[in-house]
Amino acid sequence: MIRGRVWKYGDHINTDLIIPGRYLDNYDLKHLASHAMEDVDVHFASEVHPGDIIIAGRNFGCGSSREQAPLALKAAGVAAVVVGSAARIFYRNAINVGLPIVICPEAGRMFEPGDTAEIDLAGGTLRNTRTGEGARFSPPPAFLLRILEDGGLVPHLRNRMEAGPRQ
Amino acid sequence: MTFAQKVLSRASGENACTGDIVNAKVDLAMSHENSALVLRSFREIGARRIWDPRKVVLLFDHRIPANTIKTAEGHKEVRTFARTEQLPNFYDLGEGICHQVLPEKGHVVPEMLVVGTDSHTTTYGALGAFATGIGATEMAAVWATGEIWMRVPETMRIHLRGKLPPHVWSKDVILHIIGSLGSDGADYKCVEFVGDAVSRMSIASRMVMSNMSIEMGAKVGICYPDRKTQDWLAPRTDRRWVLDPSYQAAAADEELEMDVEELEPQVACPHTVDNVVPVTKVEGLKIDQAVLGSCTNGRLEDLAAAEGVLRGNKVSKDVRFIVVPASREVYIEAAEKGILTSLARSGAVILNPGCGPCLGGHQGLLAAGERCISTTNRNFRGRMGSPDAEVYLASPETVAVSALKGAIADPRRP
Repeated sequence: MIRGRVWKYGDHINTDLIIPGRYLDNYDLKHLASHAMEDVDVHFASEVHPGDIIIAGRNFGCGSSREQAPLALKAAGVAAVVVGSAARIFYRNAINVGLPIVICPEAGRMFEPGDTAEIDLAGGTLRNTRTGEGARFSPPPAFLLRILEDGGLVPHLRNRMEAGPRQ
Repeated sequence: MTFAQKVLSRASGENACTGDIVNAKVDLAMSHENSALVLRSFREIGARRIWDPRKVVLLFDHRIPANTIKTAEGHKEVRTFARTEQLPNFYDLGEGICHQVLPEKGHVVPEMLVVGTDSHTTTYGALGAFATGIGATEMAAVWATGEIWMRVPETMRIHLRGKLPPHVWSKDVILHIIGSLGSDGADYKCVEFVGDAVSRMSIASRMVMSNMSIEMGAKVGICYPDRKTQDWLAPRTDRRWVLDPSYQAAAADEELEMDVEELEPQVACPHTVDNVVPVTKVEGLKIDQAVLGSCTNGRLEDLAAAEGVLRGNKVSKDVRFIVVPASREVYIEAAEKGILTSLARSGAVILNPGCGPCLGGHQGLLAAGERCISTTNRNFRGRMGSPDAEVYLASPETVAVSALKGAIADPRRP
């Protein structure tokens, strides 16, 4: 179960807004985290707490293939993003860096900033603890859940290589 | 079988139906500066060798020559890796933008499965390749295994009929389509651009369409390979391929129609690419900077179109006009034809081939309150510098005539 305080944003939050190109000469995670969401919300990077959850609208992560976008959010402490819909490259990148991502069109309507969200990723349920309102979503396919459980594609593949070739 | 089903069936060895998730073997894997990030993940996975060094292309285009010490260190790391691994397809400083260099050097042929760590990898769809963007960690897994999971996408076929009016370009067509469908209107789909209007387009013009398919969320944006494709590729590659029209008869999941005969020059207004209006709606807005170039519109026909507008005239004294040829080949050809000299006489500053101003990485960043018109592919807030600047997207001809007048202008009334 993922449980955290909600930050709420609208539709079409693109990768340039999540982490602007002007900071991408440096891949240090602290540097990326310190500029996360800067052009959409100047307070985010300084006020986000580990375990917080981003709830946003349609087409989240549209734009660049820059993996630094989900990395910046994860490094800033974000535990999950819940969105109305996600751009495909961002969706893949989020899972590959081990940032849980949930597609749930009702979420935007259900939450106010500062609410607490509870997510059961494998069970496909989302709940607002303040209002008690819940919603269902399609959980990611099992093979993607395994990547998330391992903490991303790198640890996932390392585990598989250490386990040796499959029979 | 649709194009997507055909390519992914061949690449996976399975009968790939729409919606299936298949494990596909990659034919070509491209990375630019973010190779440094790929390399980090590659080492963390514990992989030792690249699965097939002949199928990997690395180059630098986003921040060249290095603009900061951090960038230089990233370049150095990748350069050293490319030498140590003896990668046959490593292009260092100066070849140009990946999406122009790979086709030019003959790395891409129809029906290939290409992945690249850049969202505009869809550009190779103009040559009939199934080409799509992925992230750095995923690329590290491709380097290690040569494989990637892919969901077989639905097909959205867009029929474009008629002859483009004078001063209207493929950039105007794709901006109009994105404006109509919205920035997620083709999410996850394989978009096919078909019809006589596409057949008439040059390969460079088709690249503009495929390039910007990602701006409406498409996974892939293809033009069917034809004789023009064959002629363009013939001097560039020894790879063999045959024209196979079978997938053109397959039923698409969605069919859209558009007549281009009445189309006007289009402009995408801040801060989303789908915020598109005819140029007449924004005519007269003062600009501070104009940019001609990028993987969208930095090719010879683009530079020639702009030069045709500006020849013998001076850019407005209030406008900084930046020109970036897409590749060394384009640069040399434009120089030999006198196009660059003419543009420079008109007041343009010619940069080395690369992505510089497009992503606000370096060169030509905008200050707060400034306005830029650009042939690039994104106008997101903060993209080209200050989050309080404005970026408008348009065709090379519209950008050139705007640079001349110091305000957004209609190329039909120069």
